[in-house]
Amino acid sequence: MQRLKLFIPLIVFAVLAIFFFVVQKQIGSGAYDPQNMPSALLDKPLPVFQLPDLLSGATVANAVLQDKVVLVNVWATWCPSCLYEHPYLLKLAQQGVLIVGVDYKDDAAKARQWLQEKGNPYLAVLDDRAGTFGLDLGVTGAPETYLVDRSGTVRWRYQGPIDERVWSETLQPLLAKLTAAQGG
Amino acid sequence: MVPELGHFALILALCLAVALVVLPAAGVFRRSELLMQSARPLALGLWVMTSVAFAVLAQAFLNDDFSVAIVAAQSNSELPWFYKFAAVWGGHEGSLLLWMWILSAWCVAVAIFSRQLPLDMLARVLCVMGAVAVGFLLFMLLTSNPFGRLLPNPPAEGSDLNPLLQDPGMVIHPPMLYFGYVGFSVAFAFAIAALWSGKLDAAWARWSRPWSMVAWLFLTIGIALGSWWAYSVLGWGGWWFWDPVENASFMPWLVGTALIHSLAVTDKRGVFKSWTVLLAIFAFSLSLLGTFLVRSGVLTSVHSFAADPTRGIFILVFLGVVIGSSLTLYALRAPTVANKTDYSWLSREIFLLGNNILLLVAALSVLSGTLFPLIVDSLHLGKYSVGPPYFNAVFVPLMSILLVFMGIGPSNNWKRSRADELWRRLLPALLASLIVGFAFPFAYRGQFHWGVVLTVCLASWVIFTTVVDLRNKLRNANGWSAGLRRLTPAYYGMLIAHIGFAVSVLGVGLTTAYTEERDLRVAVGEHAQLAGYDFLFSGTESTRGPNYSAERGLIVVARDGKQLAELHPEKRRYNARRDQVMTEADIDAGLFRDIYVALGEPLENGAWAVRLHYKPFVRWIWLGGLLMALGGGLTVCDGRYRLQRRATTVAAAVAA
Amino acid sequence: MIMRVLLAGLSLALCWALAAHAAIDPYEFDTDAQRERYRHFIEEMRCPKCQNQNLAGSDAPIATDLRRELHRLLLEGRSDREITDYMVARYGEFILYDPPFDKKTALLWLAPLLFLSIGGVVMLAIVRRRRTEPEVAALNADERARIDELLSDDRSGEEKPL
Repeated sequence: MQRLKLFIPLIVFAVLAIFFFVVQKQIGSGAYDPQNMPSALLDKPLPVFQLPDLLSGATVANAVLQDKVVLVNVWATWCPSCLYEHPYLLKLAQQGVLIVGVDYKDDAAKARQWLQEKGNPYLAVLDDRAGTFGLDLGVTGAPETYLVDRSGTVRWRYQGPIDERVWSETLQPLLAKLTAAQGG
Repeated sequence: MVPELGHFALILALCLAVALVVLPAAGVFRRSELLMQSARPLALGLWVMTSVAFAVLAQAFLNDDFSVAIVAAQSNSELPWFYKFAAVWGGHEGSLLLWMWILSAWCVAVAIFSRQLPLDMLARVLCVMGAVAVGFLLFMLLTSNPFGRLLPNPPAEGSDLNPLLQDPGMVIHPPMLYFGYVGFSVAFAFAIAALWSGKLDAAWARWSRPWSMVAWLFLTIGIALGSWWAYSVLGWGGWWFWDPVENASFMPWLVGTALIHSLAVTDKRGVFKSWTVLLAIFAFSLSLLGTFLVRSGVLTSVHSFAADPTRGIFILVFLGVVIGSSLTLYALRAPTVANKTDYSWLSREIFLLGNNILLLVAALSVLSGTLFPLIVDSLHLGKYSVGPPYFNAVFVPLMSILLVFMGIGPSNNWKRSRADELWRRLLPALLASLIVGFAFPFAYRGQFHWGVVLTVCLASWVIFTTVVDLRNKLRNANGWSAGLRRLTPAYYGMLIAHIGFAVSVLGVGLTTAYTEERDLRVAVGEHAQLAGYDFLFSGTESTRGPNYSAERGLIVVARDGKQLAELHPEKRRYNARRDQVMTEADIDAGLFRDIYVALGEPLENGAWAVRLHYKPFVRWIWLGGLLMALGGGLTVCDGRYRLQRRATTVAAAVAA
Repeated sequence: MIMRVLLAGLSLALCWALAAHAAIDPYEFDTDAQRERYRHFIEEMRCPKCQNQNLAGSDAPIATDLRRELHRLLLEGRSDREITDYMVARYGEFILYDPPFDKKTALLWLAPLLFLSIGGVVMLAIVRRRRTEPEVAALNADERARIDELLSDDRSGEEKPL
């Protein structure tokens, strides 16, 4: 009995070691990313907003998203990854994916020029120069993309640029599922 | 000098390390004195080869050889030479080489300072240390080669050492810390050697003690330096953040403290042997665990090195082998038959046991707090942050209980104390500490403050009881000086170390309670007030440093109309990283208070945002740490000297 | 994959680069108590983007924004609870360095108590096993005097090392 008690440290260590090993493997394979921060808005309604459209100046509010499955893409001209992401967003828009842009803490003139030069994949672009909507979304930087379903609930959030891999592995299946969910 | 020479040196070091594992072990099994004797020269050879590798890397840094990948990543031609040298351990690969060099240095130290150790024990100890060396060398050679090259197109200039690391603290903090971490491998090796040989007795404890103590004192200095450095450099006045990497250094320290106390019990009374061996294994395991946590990327920390899952797996396997086998050996070979020595419930043995348990509970709590976010997140149960509020809430009560024990412990006799006698002796100390504790906040600030009362009561309790014990030890002497001379360095060491701990506690408690800070806007020529000090902002001027350009402000600090200091906070822009602006705070350091000034952003019309801090007693935190290390050093001076002297006296007597 | 790692590295580097120092915001407050609450919040809230820094210690744009937001909320007169909820609603529990006490974190908060109880039990077990106190007859006056005499005779000076 005494001898068995001495095995306790070994057993505790073994449990810890196995745990670390599994976690390390998951990090290596990409199944777990310690840096990933899940959005606080998951399965909650998209925050209420009322901001001017960057291009037309008209006020845009949550109604623009009603009954649509939409990507809300937070971007800015000062963000190099957004530049990388932009062509892919254009491609998605051409395929019929609805994207609403949020120009986050940006210079409006520069942003308009950017869209003019590089193309506009967005259904509407919110001029969030103060960053208040970004704050309500829990944005930590750009680019970030939220997937909002027909009822206005946030279903997914991605921190980083959308590319082929993110699209094919995660976004497309999810989008298809949500679009099919209420009869197309 | 060709960097590849360094690579070859490491390979040779690996061969020597393997030999260091195999040959002395064979010597132990075959009782071959020759093979066991090989341990010493092999340890020396290991150190020589590792030193060659280190020297090669150092000269690559000092000579701006940007064809070596890590030199290009960590250094820059404009960097002052001492920072180029410190840049050797600025990144992952270089820091591993430093670790390895320090391990080899400890091996040589053990080889040299072990004359009184039986040969077979020495062979076992060096064999175990060789095994650890093999692990680290393999890790370096297989996954983290410091001598990797950027040929055929080496960059013309390096990326520069991170400006946060360009500070004297960087030059000395990691080496001190690593001396401590790696030093526990010696205690570990002794423990394994004892289990292996079956000779787990008081003699083993006596041999282990100086080694464990030196490792502990280096770790104490390393941690204190890290805290001081963070305070001086980071700009928001914090000196401990319970960051995972900080915790990775603190846990071995807590267990190490338990270890040195437990070794004392085993040495003097022959009890708690299994417990002490387990603590030795545990301390080193935590050092290795720290290495894993910091370099694998599982935990998020500002201090962590760039993560690489392959490295993580390697360290984990290494951890598994080292800790798994040592714990298995422990489970199989540790003594289960308890020593028949009796001691009452009111004895130093029991109090030291209590001390050990409290320190272990603290270490485990820190471990669970550090790992909790990882566990919960990896199981997809949610993402939480565990930070200072949690750790402080858990740590402070535990330390408070420990401080109470600390007061009683030294006055407690071995084996048995009489409760009434103890009470009689300690009562004045108790009353004095309560009075001082309650009076202090009123005397200092005219206002009650529970945190301060608790801190001062506990710290004075430790100090007063130490004085009581000293007086008790002097009571039968012929006068003060005779009595003081009769006491050993080991006793003085304990005295100073315990007082050091109390001083640190005071520093922590008082600075937390009484720190004042203000962020404000000042125009040129404007005055600002904080904590009774007057600050006059006299504008800024542009200056240059060796590898940066800066805006240097002038702030004159006065009190009661008398000028006390001129402070020069800076905002630096390093040439190699022009997008990064560093705030270099200036501190008027004092024994009883620090005044800390930092520049923020320039505002309109030459006005600036500045931060002013008044931090009373903050230096006591690190002074306490130094005192603890000094105390530790004193105890080491005692044991070994006496052992050698006794040996020569006996030899002389025999010869006569 | 490599691109992702590179970009992650770049944005991380950007954050690290900017998080070089504590940002200094000369905010005005109505009362000292408010200033204290602000200090408390920025020290106990985590910068969502950084490698384990609080809002007080980070220069990152998001940290600057959150500090400004905290300042605004405090001036508006919101309570501590409201401010905490506001932040958590946007950034999750992650942003609090002081984890709440709920079902999921119960183990975290109770673990130290658990360890302490186990330690206490171990200690009790060991003390129980050693309950036999060695019987030592008390010294009488003669013996006490002789001992004092022996001790005050400063002969060998050999105190046992600790």
